[in-house]
Amino acid sequence: MPKISWWKWVSILLLIYAVVLGFLGPIPRLHIVNESIRNTYFHVPMWFGMIFLLGASVWNSIQYLRHSRLEYDMLSHAYVQVGILFGALGLVTGMLWANYTWGAPWSNDPKQTASAIGLLIYFGYLVLRGSLNSEKERAKVSAVYSIFAFAIFIPLIWVLPRFTDSLHPGNGGNPAFGKYDMDNQMRMVFYPAVIGWTLMGFWFGNLIVRISRLQNKFSAL
Amino acid sequence: MISRSFFRAIALLVNMLPFAVFAQDSNPEMADTMRSNGKIYVVLACVLMVLAGLIAFLFVVEKRLSKLEKENQVIK
Repeated sequence: MPKISWWKWVSILLLIYAVVLGFLGPIPRLHIVNESIRNTYFHVPMWFGMIFLLGASVWNSIQYLRHSRLEYDMLSHAYVQVGILFGALGLVTGMLWANYTWGAPWSNDPKQTASAIGLLIYFGYLVLRGSLNSEKERAKVSAVYSIFAFAIFIPLIWVLPRFTDSLHPGNGGNPAFGKYDMDNQMRMVFYPAVIGWTLMGFWFGNLIVRISRLQNKFSAL
Repeated sequence: MISRSFFRAIALLVNMLPFAVFAQDSNPEMADTMRSNGKIYVVLACVLMVLAGLIAFLFVVEKRLSKLEKENQVIK
C-alpha cells in the first residue's frame, strides 16, 4: 500500500459515502424526475469539480505569469486536462439524464449550449499548447489564454443562463438548490459528493503533474 | 353407521395435513436483501465495485510514481 496524502483518503471515504447514500438515501417524491433525482449526486458534482479544477488552473496561470516558474505551468495544464475530463463527463451524463426527463438528449437549453461552447474554448487551449514548441512561450501564451478562457467560461455557464428561461433548475429567476429541487436530506449527500469528486479530480491532476515532473527530469538529462 | 370408506377419506386427509401446511408456507425466509427494492442493491454493489477498481488503479499508479520519484529524486 503506497503512502498517500490525507485528502486522498478523504476523497475515497466521501465517494463511498456519496455512492451508498446516493442510491439508498431518502429523496423527495417528484413527478417526471422520479428516482433520477439521484443524478444530482453524480451529474452536478462533475460541473462543480470542473469549476474548482479550472479555477485552480487559473490560479497557477497567474502564479506562472508572476514568477515564471515552469512548475506553475505544469500544474495549470494538469488541472485543465482533468477539468475538461470532468466537463465532458458532466455533458454526457447530462445528456443521458435529459433524454429521460426533458424528452431529448439535446434541446439547445442555454446551459447545455453554453457548456458545450465552454468546452470548445478549453479544447482550443489544448490545441494552442500543442502548436507551440518553445517551452517558455507555450507556458506564457497558455497562461494568458487560460485566464481569459475562465473569465468567459464562468459567466457563460453560471450567470448568463440564469437570465433566460432554461430547463435546468435555478434558471429563469428561481434559485438553484431551492426547496423545489433539493431538501436538507439531499444536501447531506450532495455536498459530500461535490467535495469527494473535486478531491478525486485534484488527485488525477496530482498524478498528471508528477508524471510531467518526471518527464522534465528525463528530458533535462 | 359410518362407512369404512369415510374413515379412509378422513385418514387420507389427516395424512395430507402436513403437506397442506407446508404448501401454505410458500414464502420461506431467505437472504433476499439483494432482491428487494427492485434489486437496487445489485446496482449499488456494481457501482461500488467500479469505484473500488478505480481507486485500486489509482493506488497502483501512486505506487509506481512514488518508486520513480524515489529513484530520480524528484521533490514532490
